[in-house]
Amino acid sequence: MAGIAVSATINGDSVEYLCQPDETLLDVLRDRLGLTGAKEGCGTGDCGACSVILDNRLVCSCLVLGAEAEGRRVETVEGMAHGDKLHPLQQKFLEHAALQCGICTPGFLIAAKDLLAKNPDPTEEEIRFGLAGNLCRCTGYDKIVRAVQDAATVMKGA
Amino acid sequence: MNFDPRYSGRNFTSVGTRPIRPDGVDKVTGRARYGADFNMAGQLVGRVLRSPHAHATIRKIDTSKAEKLPGVKAVITAADLPDLTDGDAAMYDILDNCMARTKALYDGHAVAAVAAVDARTARQALKLIVVDYEVLPHVTDVDEAMKHHAPLINDAIFTEGLEEKPVKPSNVTKRSQFGHGDVHQGFGHADFVVERSFKTEQTHQGYIEPHACVASVSSDGTADLWVCTQGHFVYRQHCAQLLGMEASKLRVTSSEIGGGFGGKTHVWAEPVALALSRKAGRPVKLVMTRDEVFRASGPTSATSIDIRIGARKDGTITAAEATLRYSCGPYAGSWAEIGAMTAFACYKLDNVKTVGYEVLVNRPKTAAYRAPSAPMAAFAVESAVDELAKEIGMDPVEFRIRNAAQEGTRSSYGPVYGPIGIGPTLEAARSHPHMKAPLGPNQGRGMACGFWFNFGGQTCTDLNIGMDGSVSLAVGTVDVGGSRASLSLVAAEELGIAYEHVKAIVADTSSLGYNDMTDGSRGTFSSSMATISAARNAIKILRERAAQMWDISVDDVVWEKGHAVARGEKHGNLGKLSLKEIAAASGKTGGPIAGHSELVADGAGVSFATHICDIEVDPETGATRVIRYTVVQDAGKAVHPTYVEGQYQGGAAQGIGWALNEEYIYGKDGRLQNPGFLDYRIPVCSDLPMIDTQILEIPNPNHPYGVRGVGETSIVPPLAAIANAVSNAAGVRMTHIPMSPPRILAAIEAERGG
Ligand code: FES
Ligand code: FES
Repeated sequence: MAGIAVSATINGDSVEYLCQPDETLLDVLRDRLGLTGAKEGCGTGDCGACSVILDNRLVCSCLVLGAEAEGRRVETVEGMAHGDKLHPLQQKFLEHAALQCGICTPGFLIAAKDLLAKNPDPTEEEIRFGLAGNLCRCTGYDKIVRAVQDAATVMKGA
Repeated sequence: MNFDPRYSGRNFTSVGTRPIRPDGVDKVTGRARYGADFNMAGQLVGRVLRSPHAHATIRKIDTSKAEKLPGVKAVITAADLPDLTDGDAAMYDILDNCMARTKALYDGHAVAAVAAVDARTARQALKLIVVDYEVLPHVTDVDEAMKHHAPLINDAIFTEGLEEKPVKPSNVTKRSQFGHGDVHQGFGHADFVVERSFKTEQTHQGYIEPHACVASVSSDGTADLWVCTQGHFVYRQHCAQLLGMEASKLRVTSSEIGGGFGGKTHVWAEPVALALSRKAGRPVKLVMTRDEVFRASGPTSATSIDIRIGARKDGTITAAEATLRYSCGPYAGSWAEIGAMTAFACYKLDNVKTVGYEVLVNRPKTAAYRAPSAPMAAFAVESAVDELAKEIGMDPVEFRIRNAAQEGTRSSYGPVYGPIGIGPTLEAARSHPHMKAPLGPNQGRGMACGFWFNFGGQTCTDLNIGMDGSVSLAVGTVDVGGSRASLSLVAAEELGIAYEHVKAIVADTSSLGYNDMTDGSRGTFSSSMATISAARNAIKILRERAAQMWDISVDDVVWEKGHAVARGEKHGNLGKLSLKEIAAASGKTGGPIAGHSELVADGAGVSFATHICDIEVDPETGATRVIRYTVVQDAGKAVHPTYVEGQYQGGAAQGIGWALNEEYIYGKDGRLQNPGFLDYRIPVCSDLPMIDTQILEIPNPNHPYGVRGVGETSIVPPLAAIANAVSNAAGVRMTHIPMSPPRILAAIEAERGG
């Protein structure tokens, strides 16, 4: 079947790809572009492991079609660090051990980045509700919340 | 030199610190490769067709249409996975669970599979497979399945463990019994007796990463399997046996694993992927959907438990008895047996008896879930213990302290305890500030204890010292939550070098000797023991090389803080040689330096925990909120305290989900109605408070550093602790888990009405 030609900006780079009409953005990222940072935990919008930022909006990439990215900007976990300098959220997740297995981590990092962009000084409750769309089965969220709090402090100072 | 695993007190330099894990950067940048992140050239997409029926005879499967669909490269059924198990009943069950033979035994049971060029073709192909089912009556409830008129799931099963061999087949596969003393007499001495029945529903481990693998079978009979698993060596054995391969020809690489909690200790899709690849002659990638994960992997047992405990006025328990029925899915298991062993393990009892029944039901094959079987038993026992304390008029913590097992106590399941942590965790809980925090209206406080055995097992580790003085540590226990950091710390500690100079990796099955699974909280316990042993072997060589460099006897060289030191007056001017210096010279002193270790880690050291929690119950809706939560647990020695805390918090959170929300819901048709995260709701960030932890360190005498397993015990007390808190808040004893709002409301209303 003929594919749909799509031009998008992914992590700052212009990217062109062909995809099928029923392929999700998550499929495109993972299977066509080799960006396997976003994970598929459910495919139904319930776990947040596939979170990406689409034109300043946090989305579940499993619920977006690959074709819908035409002309838009996509940010994934692979674009968070600058060269070998980690984003403060990445650094704080490491320092606080906010990951055990780490499968949820890319989704949490993207969701937290979006949260802090909109609310640089969130309360614990705002963090908890802001990240309620992301499931983590390993940590009990305690260390994730602390890492985000700590990163927010660092980012305000910067 | 024989390795001495006994504990010896020491001052730690690296162990007990909290460095960043070696695999951390890859995991925060998206570079780490999990099960579904690996691809091979020319790989096909595998998909599995699953039974929509809870119980059905498979009369015929017609795959001809699917085979003709362009792009389909292989279609398999049970005929392609013939029975090679040679009378090994447990392996036969695994095979039958991977691909149904004569009967489909639960909604979601695999009946056929395809490999095609892409996902869409594979999905289409599944629709073209025609299965002729004869639907049979089914049973999904554990109590119903025990009744005489219940539909029989396997007519070749006769209950084992009964005094008289039964004449009729049954859904009860086994009866087991533990205990000592005379409970009848014990109850005779009791002033108070509490007797109650409890139920718990089935839950799933709920790892966020679905099962995923890539299988590649070559025409020369060798094969590769890339897979997310808790035990790649065991997967190799099982897959090889089921497919009739030599284990040595199958190389299994464990990917990064996105959670397992026991659920990735069993093969499901892997033999199917290998069979598809063998038939298609191309690599096959098989990734389960979330729906398949719920319907066909995991879950834990549903249970029904009766408890009877008696005590004297002074608070001494005189007798304790439990009958435990655990669902096993459609295949025999030993889940109730484990429940029966753990039920009263926290207490010092003169008269105790527990009886377990393993029960077949038309649900997925029960899989281990973090301290498998223990949380349900603890829920029932600790609820009854709380109630008994209340009847006597004693504080629940004091009552437990009074009856807690101690060093020298004969456990309810047989062995006599060494030094253990139940008393200390209770005492720490008693004096924890949480106990004094004020409670608001409709809030209740609960606490409970938990026990887990911990496993050891076969372990093999390689420690290689590079010419630059760096150390690479290859272990065979899969890292499920940070163990590479812990093991690097242990190697650094033993060698006396900096943590940064050690890098631990998980080796594949062709690079290292056999290792048991990472289960039973054994990962850090047993691999750290093997790492210490390997490091000590390396130190012996380092000393020899230093002796050679100095031209003195090795007996005069000791190892101190990362250096060889010449001992004795006569060598006073020799100074020291660092590990780095010895490594740099190794090319001239006999070649590479390495230490190996192969051992069976014994004496994992039982573990105990006490949890405290505060719950608010809305009496109008039955909704609950967790206000405060505290975990106190013995770690023996916390190698990397942050990851130990993480294990405590994670187990508590899973327990909270189990206690309040999570359950498999089956319709009358025997189909699972909530196979997704929307309707099977695990706790999210906004459901939980911070989870406070207190690590106690009561050294395990059977480990050089005193380490005990820490991964599982934390899920044992929450069900009971929360049930006690909810019962205190709502003023009515809760006996059915999960305590979802409708159940709480019904209990409150029944209490008001009654
Ligand atoms: S995979 Fe997209 S939300 Fe779960
Ligand atoms: S760290 Fe495993 S799911 Fe979050």
